[in-house]
Amino acid sequence: MEIIYSSRPALAILVSLIGAFLILLTGERSRNLREFWTILASVVKFSIVLSMVPFILDGKILEYTVFNISPGLSIQFKVDALGIIFGLTASFLWIITSFYSIGYVRSLKEHAQTRYFVCFAIALSATMGVAFSANMFTTFLFYEIITVCTYPLVAHKETPEAIRGARKYLTYLLGTSIAFQLLAVFLTYYVSGSLDFKYEGLLSGALGSGVSETLLTVIFILYMAGIAKAAMMPLHSWLPAAMVAPTPVSALLHAVAVVKTGVFVVVKVVLHIFGINLLTQLGLGTALAYFASFTIIVASVIALTQDNLKLRLAYSTVSQLSYVILGVALLTPSAITGSIMHITLHAFGKITLFFTAGAIYVATHKTKVSELDGIGRQMPFTMGAFTLGALSMIGIPPLGGFISKWYLTLGAIEANQFPIIIVLAASTILNACYFMPIVYAAFFKEPLPDPHHHQHSNSHKKLHEAPALMVVPLVLTAIGALILFFAPTFFLDMTRIALKSVIGGN
Amino acid sequence: MISDQFPALIIVFPLIIAFWINIVGWWWKRPCFYMSILALSVSFISAIGILNTVITSGTIHYRLGGWEPPWGIEYVVDHLNALILVIVSFVGLVVGIYSKKSIEKEISEAKIPQFYTIYTFLVMGLLGMTVTGDAFNLYVLLEIASLASYALIAMGEDGAPLASFNYVIMGTIGACFYLLGVGYLYIATGSLNMADFSQLLPNLYHSKTVLVAFAFLMVGVAIKMAFFPLHGWLPDAYTHAPSAVSAFVAATMTKVGAYVMIRVMFTIFKPYFSTEMLPATTILGWIAAAAMIYGTVLAIAQKDIKRMLCYIIIAEVGYIVMGVSVGNRMGFTGAVLHIVYDAFMMACLFLVVGAVYYKTGARTIVEYKALFKKMPLTSVSFAIGALSVIGIPPTCGFFSKWYLVLGAINAQQWLFAAALLVSSLLSAVVFFRVLQNIFFAPSESAHKQGSEPHVEVMRDEAPVSMLIPILITVTGILLLGVFSGQIISTIIQFTVPEGF
Amino acid sequence: MIEYIIAKYNYWGYILLMMIGFYAMIGKKNLVKKLLGMNVFQWAIILFYVSIASKKGGATIPIVMGAHGHYEPAQAIQFLNPLPHCLMLTAIVVGVSTTGVALALIIMIHRRYKTVEEDEILESLEAFKK
Repeated sequence: MEIIYSSRPALAILVSLIGAFLILLTGERSRNLREFWTILASVVKFSIVLSMVPFILDGKILEYTVFNISPGLSIQFKVDALGIIFGLTASFLWIITSFYSIGYVRSLKEHAQTRYFVCFAIALSATMGVAFSANMFTTFLFYEIITVCTYPLVAHKETPEAIRGARKYLTYLLGTSIAFQLLAVFLTYYVSGSLDFKYEGLLSGALGSGVSETLLTVIFILYMAGIAKAAMMPLHSWLPAAMVAPTPVSALLHAVAVVKTGVFVVVKVVLHIFGINLLTQLGLGTALAYFASFTIIVASVIALTQDNLKLRLAYSTVSQLSYVILGVALLTPSAITGSIMHITLHAFGKITLFFTAGAIYVATHKTKVSELDGIGRQMPFTMGAFTLGALSMIGIPPLGGFISKWYLTLGAIEANQFPIIIVLAASTILNACYFMPIVYAAFFKEPLPDPHHHQHSNSHKKLHEAPALMVVPLVLTAIGALILFFAPTFFLDMTRIALKSVIGGN
Repeated sequence: MISDQFPALIIVFPLIIAFWINIVGWWWKRPCFYMSILALSVSFISAIGILNTVITSGTIHYRLGGWEPPWGIEYVVDHLNALILVIVSFVGLVVGIYSKKSIEKEISEAKIPQFYTIYTFLVMGLLGMTVTGDAFNLYVLLEIASLASYALIAMGEDGAPLASFNYVIMGTIGACFYLLGVGYLYIATGSLNMADFSQLLPNLYHSKTVLVAFAFLMVGVAIKMAFFPLHGWLPDAYTHAPSAVSAFVAATMTKVGAYVMIRVMFTIFKPYFSTEMLPATTILGWIAAAAMIYGTVLAIAQKDIKRMLCYIIIAEVGYIVMGVSVGNRMGFTGAVLHIVYDAFMMACLFLVVGAVYYKTGARTIVEYKALFKKMPLTSVSFAIGALSVIGIPPTCGFFSKWYLVLGAINAQQWLFAAALLVSSLLSAVVFFRVLQNIFFAPSESAHKQGSEPHVEVMRDEAPVSMLIPILITVTGILLLGVFSGQIISTIIQFTVPEGF
Repeated sequence: MIEYIIAKYNYWGYILLMMIGFYAMIGKKNLVKKLLGMNVFQWAIILFYVSIASKKGGATIPIVMGAHGHYEPAQAIQFLNPLPHCLMLTAIVVGVSTTGVALALIIMIHRRYKTVEEDEILESLEAFKK
C-alpha cells in the first residue's frame, strides 16, 4: 500500500481547534459571528476530510507524524479507509448538528452558549484525532480529550441532576479508561515494544514468540472493559445518565462522536492490534460476539420499558452499538463489512431520531412517549423524519439500516454462528416493538387533552413545527438514511478497501 | 570566562544580594523585591548556562578556591543536577515574581525586606544542595535551606508558628541523621567528597559502619523529602505557610530531597549496593507504593484545598521513589522526569490556590463554588494542573507516569503498576470534586430553561503579576509533555546509573 | 566483651545523649523542653564527631610548640585530627542558628497563645477555628 505524507489529517484536527479559539474570542459579543465560526470550521473540516478521499479510493494511505516522543511512542496520524469512513460521517454530521444546535440553543435561550460551542468544536477535533490515529497511544490521547471536553457539555444545564449525570459519565469513562485501557496499552507495549496499528494485527506474532495465551486474553479483556465508550454491558450506564445533556449534544456526541469513537476503537483493537487470525486462535471473537449479543437483546428490552423518549433512544443506541461490536467479533468478511457500514448508517438514523426528540421538546416541551399521541399532525415533517429514522433502526428497506443488517446476517452465516442470526432477528422485532408504537401514536391517535398548552380542541390541525433551523437538518439526515440505501456504493467501496487491507484479498 | 564561574556564581550572587537586601531594607522597602528578582534571575541564567555546558561538554568539576579534592570542596555538575538547578531556579524566579502581590497582603509591611532576604537564602540553599559534590557541604546548605524555610513558613497564618516549630524539630532530626551518616562515612574512608566515596567505599561494603551510614543517610533524607511514614510535618507546615512560600517549597524542597536520595544511592554508593546487596530498593518500592495510596486517599478526606494538595505531594514523592526503586532505565527516567514535571504541576496548583486566596479569601472546596465565573483563567489553569496530576494526556503528568508504569511492568512489579494506576484514579476523584465545584456550581433553585443568570458575577481575575507566573507554569505543563522525548534524549538518558 | 564495650565508650555516650534528646523531642509536650531535647540531640552528634578525632597514644592538639622559624616535618600520629573539629564548628553554628530560630518561634507562640504547652496551643487553635 502506497504511503503518502501529508499534513491533511493534522489540518482536519487543527481546523476545529482554531475554530474553538475563535469562538472563545468572539464570545457573546456577536452571536452570529460566533455561530459563523462553528459553521465555517465544520465545513472546512468536512472539505479537508473529503479531499483525502480520492487518495484512499486509489488504495493509498496518508501519514503524518506530529511528535516522536520515544521509540514506539509517537503522536502519529494515518488515514486509511476505515478512518475516512468514520471521519466523513462525523464531520458531515457536525455541519448538520451545528445548524440544529444553533436553532435549539437560541429557541430555548440557553445559558453558557459560548462554552457549549467551544466544547463541541474541541470534541470534534478529538474525534478526528481518534479517526486518523496511527497508534494506540495517539488514540488514547484523543480518547481522553474527548471525555474531558464532553464533560462540560453533559453538565451543561447545571441542575443537580445534570451534575450528577455528568459525574456518572466522567466516572465511567475516565475510570475505565485509566484503570483498564491504559493498563492494556502498557501491556501491549510491554509485549510487543510498539503501539502502532498494523494491518495483520500488531500482536499477531505474539503467540509465536512465546507470549502466553492468558496474557493476551487478559489484554483483550482489559481493552474491552476499558473502552466504555462503546457502551457494552455492564459498562453502559453512563449513556442513559448522559441524556441530561441538551439534545444536540446527545444527538451528535452520543449517537455519533463519543459512542462511535468507542466502537471504532473496538474495531481497530480487534482488527489492527489483535488481528483476525490471533482472535480466531484464542477463540475470543466468539466470546465477544456473545457478550455483544447479550447487550443487544437486554438493551432493547430495557428500551421497551422506558417512557422518556431520550432514554428509550439511549438504550436503543446501546443496543445498536453492539451490532458493530458483534459484526467485528464474528471475524468474517461480510460481518466486518456490516459492522463498518453500521457505523455510518446507524449514525444517520440515530441522529435523526435525537434531532426529532429535541424538536418535539422545543416545540411542545414534551419528553415522554406517552405524551406523543397525535403529534404527527402538528409536526408532520418531524415525525415523518422520525419514521424514516425508526425504519432505518429496525432495518427495513428502503432505509439504509437494512444494508448493515443484511451483511451482519450474512456474516453470521459465514461464521456458522446460527444463534447470532436468531439474536439479530429478535432484536429487529424488539426494535419494531419500541419504535412503531411511537409512529403509530403520533399519526393515528387523537392528541391528548393538553393542560400545559392553551390549545383549543381543533387546533391539533394547526401546524406547530419546531423552528426551521432545527427541522431542516433532521429532514436532511432522514433523507440521508434513505439515500444511503439507494447509493451505498461509495461506502461499500471504502469498506472493501478497509477489508482488503485486513484480510488481504480474501 | 564568566561562564566558567557559573557553578559558583549561582550560589554566591544570591548570597551576597540577600545580605544587601536586608541592609537596604532598613531604609527603603521598595528595592527589596527587585533586588531579589535580580539575584534569582542571575541564578536562573547561570543554571541555563550550566545546563548548556553540561550538554555540550559533559560533567563540570568546579573547585572552590582552586583546592584539589578531596582537600577542597568540589562542585560537580552532571546532567542530573544541571536539570534540577534549572528547575529550582526557574520555579524560584517565577514564584518570586508572583510573591510581590501576595506577600503584600499576607505579611506585615515591616517584615517584607526580611521575607525577600530569607526567600533568596532559601533558593540559594536549595541550589547549593543541588550543585555541590561534597557531602558535608551538602549538610551545610541543607541546613541553610531548612532554616530559611522554617522562618518563611512561620510568617504565615494562624497556626503557622506551631507548624513551623514541629517542622524545626523533625527537620533537625532529619538533618542530624544525615550528619551522622556522613560522620560514619568519614570514619570509614577519611574523605568527604562524593566521588571519592564512590571509589573508596566498594571495598568496605561489608563493614557495619558503612551499612549504618547508609541507613542514617536514607532515613535523614527520607524525613527531609517527606517520604511516608516520615511525612508528618509536611501537611501542617505547607498549609499554614504564606501562599508564595507554599508554592515554592511544595514544588522544590521535596524534589531536591529526592535528588539527594538519588545521589546517596547511586553516586556515593554504587547502584548494586542498594539493589543487590541490600534489599533497599525493594523496601523503598513497597513503602513508595504505600505512600502513593496513602497520599491520594487522605487527600480525598481533606476540605482545605491547600491541605489536600499537600497530601498529593506526599503521593508524588511516592511516585518518584518508586521510579527509582524498580531499578531499570525506564523507571529511573520516569522518576527524573517526574521530578521535573511535578515541580511545574505543584507550582501551578499552589500558585492558583494562592491567587484565589488573594482575591477571594477562599480556601475550602465549598468556598470554591462557581469560581470559573469570577476568575476564568485561574480556574482553567487549576483544571490543567489537576489533569496533569491525574495523568491525562497531553499534559506532562501523563508522560512521566507512562515511564513510571512501564518501568514497573518491565521489572515485573505488577503491584506497583497497579498502585500507580489506582492512585491516578483516586486523584481523579480528588480533583474532579473541586473542578465540579469550580465550573458547575449547582444552582439552588431548579434551573429554568432559558433564564439567563440574574446575578451577573463580576469578572475579577487575579492581578497580572500573579497571573503571568501561573500561565507560565501552565504553558510548561502543556508543552513539556510532548517534548519529553527531547528532554530524555538530551539530558535524562545520561543520568541513568550504569548497570540499569 | 567488656573491653569491647569500654573501648567504644564514646559511642555509648553519644547514643545515650541522643536518645535522651530524642525522647525529649518526641515525648514532651512543652515546647521549651522539646527545644532542649533538640539541642541535646544535636550536641550529642557534635560530641561524637569530636570524639572520633582523637587518637590513641596521647595525641595532642595540632599546634607545634615553639616551631616558629624552624621547619620540621610534623608527625601526624602525634596530633589530633583537626578536620572533624572544623566540621563541628560549622555544625555548632548551624545548631545555634536553629536554636535561635526555634526560640524566636517559641516567643511568637507564647505571645499569641500565652502558653508553651503544645496541647493547650492545639486547643486554642481549635477554638479559634470555630
